[in-house]
Amino acid sequence: MVKENLVKDVVKEPYKYGFVTDIETEKIAKGLNEDIIRLISQKKEEPKYLLDFRLKAFKKWQKMKEPDWAGLGYRQIDYQDIIYYSAPKQKEKISSLDEVDPKLLETFDKLGIPLTEQKKLTNVAVDAVFDSVSIATTFREELAEHGVIFCSISEAVKNHSDLIEKYLGTVVPASDNYFAALNSAVFSDGSFVYIPKGVTCPMDLSSYFRINSGDSGQFERTLIIAEESSSVSYLEGCTAPMFDTNTLHAAVVELIALDDASIKYSTVQNWYAGDEEGIGGIFNFVTKRGKCLGKRSKISWSQVETGSAITWKYPSCLLLGEESVGEFYSVALTNNLQQADTGTKMIHIGPKTKSTIVSKGISAGNSINSYRGLVKMGTKAKGSRNYSQCDSMLIGDQASANTFPYIKSQQPNSEIEHEASTCRISEDQLFYLQSRGIEFEEAVSMMVSGFCRDVFNQLPMEFAAEADKLLALKLEGSVG
Amino acid sequence: MQSKMKESDPILEVENLSASTDNLPILKGVSLTVYPGEIHAIMGRNGCGKSTLSKIIAGHPSYNITNGDIKFLGKNINSLEPEERAQSGIFLGFQYPIEIPGVSNLEFLRVSTNARRKFLNKEELDTFDFEELVKEKLEIVKMDHAFLSRSVNQGFSGGEKKRNEILQMALLEPKIAILDETDSGLDIDALRIVASGIKKISNAQTGIILITHYQRLLDEIEPNYVHVMSDGQIIKTGESDLALELEKKGYEWTDNFIKET
Repeated sequence: MVKENLVKDVVKEPYKYGFVTDIETEKIAKGLNEDIIRLISQKKEEPKYLLDFRLKAFKKWQKMKEPDWAGLGYRQIDYQDIIYYSAPKQKEKISSLDEVDPKLLETFDKLGIPLTEQKKLTNVAVDAVFDSVSIATTFREELAEHGVIFCSISEAVKNHSDLIEKYLGTVVPASDNYFAALNSAVFSDGSFVYIPKGVTCPMDLSSYFRINSGDSGQFERTLIIAEESSSVSYLEGCTAPMFDTNTLHAAVVELIALDDASIKYSTVQNWYAGDEEGIGGIFNFVTKRGKCLGKRSKISWSQVETGSAITWKYPSCLLLGEESVGEFYSVALTNNLQQADTGTKMIHIGPKTKSTIVSKGISAGNSINSYRGLVKMGTKAKGSRNYSQCDSMLIGDQASANTFPYIKSQQPNSEIEHEASTCRISEDQLFYLQSRGIEFEEAVSMMVSGFCRDVFNQLPMEFAAEADKLLALKLEGSVG
Repeated sequence: MQSKMKESDPILEVENLSASTDNLPILKGVSLTVYPGEIHAIMGRNGCGKSTLSKIIAGHPSYNITNGDIKFLGKNINSLEPEERAQSGIFLGFQYPIEIPGVSNLEFLRVSTNARRKFLNKEELDTFDFEELVKEKLEIVKMDHAFLSRSVNQGFSGGEKKRNEILQMALLEPKIAILDETDSGLDIDALRIVASGIKKISNAQTGIILITHYQRLLDEIEPNYVHVMSDGQIIKTGESDLALELEKKGYEWTDNFIKET
């Protein structure tokens, strides 16, 4: 049908962030072996425990098999054909942002993340990661006044080694899964956040991940620790240039919340998704997990996933502390030949723990969009509750949506609720809006925004507006 | 038979219109002209093509015009998009208003009102100014403010949906309103509210086409002309007494007209 094709045209959006920064980089040779890992560790001047951590992870990884249970279709990854460390060449020591290569600053400027003192965002502190390294972090002094540590993980290894040694790998053990093991062996940089006891972080913290080089993988590692009665809101954004090869992104994010602490982690993921024929794009195989260690602690994940050729991602919560709370709010939009397999795991271990899952999947083109989630009530999770809602929206007649909820309960005195729905933007709905003078594109975008509203309401203000715009952009496009 | 209204130019001219969907002919040469201030009623059995005619005038993408023209204010609109027709002042009141989950009624009404205002070179309204306007219009259909915060038509009763349609008509101030079975599914009170709403909104510059099965709506809003449709054609046109006769004799009576033609 004519309109059906129009919908397809509308969801085609030229990728705005596809440019490559021409910059001299320091790359190590392709391939993965113990020597490479030693080299990465050496470049980062790491202590021995961290090298051991890496080597142990590598040994485990070698014995593991790449998971295939998600049923994602992609060509086998040649792990020896990837560069595991790529960094823009910079002066040895950078004492202020003004010494950062202007090309890098310009890159982040173009991405809408100005870093320099004059232009930096006023209400958000930013850690900018370019390929394998963090190049700048803003507002460090201001945050330090409150005792908040916000820096690259490499710096944290140098300056806050005790915290790294105490917490790294405690939420996502190196042996957790294939990609987590790989990350543990080769991770190069990422962000580190520490919020001391009783402190409410005075501003939102944000990391912006940029993959620039086409043949290296990005393996960043993020660790956030919220001490007793502290709270923080953390935002993560990601983009990459357009290459016709696939780039592997295998990150690990670990969150730890102690008694009465709360962490809100929001992601807007806009990696390059590949072209209409499915050539190129990022493989986004990410392990994100939070541990509600303390009583009444709270970890809330919200994500807007619009990019990547393949997304394999399940931000999860381990609810150990009594009355701790886990939340997962997700919007995943797939188009063309994108595949997304995303969801969450809520593992209720402590008593009176609570979790909420709201997932909205939108599939257009020939894409496949799956929700996969596990809710588990352990033997001690007495009086715990979960509520899950998984809604799918189909645009066009070639896209597919799946929901795979896994529910396991070992505690009779607990409640699990699951609701699911599937809808389609119908020709009649579009005609109704159009017959009220609303342009076709705006009509589609209104309906998609409406569908995602429950999740957008959970995003921090600036992010919600950005997410809305991003979806509208993705759905806007080539008509006229 | 025709009145002085004819001195001005027509709002809508449907000329020998034929249309099909999936190669199935639905309209087979319909002609209809509406002048400012006129109220036309179209009656006929289910499946005779009344609703199709209204959808085609509004630009529904499922139908192809195979012959004839639709002119609005003298201009051919055959190839205009539905939103362009709406912005220029054509309003279709739906027989079954569509539910749009997640989109708030208020936002929907505001965006659509502004689309029309933009076309009229009027200033677009922000949320606050729009609130003022919509409050005034809610009076016309006796709707509660709470309606505005709900999703478009979702969970509305049949009567509420129809009143929401009239509210949209009140906000968009169309040149011509085609109301497709706006009376169906309404109780007597709701019918009165809807009918009085339509009367309040229409004036000497606007045209109205009422598509209906029943005399009861026409008791409330007296049409200037009544057209009877059958098998994709208008087979008889008369004044308001035609509807009364039809009510008495049933559609079987109209079968004879086809034989006559």
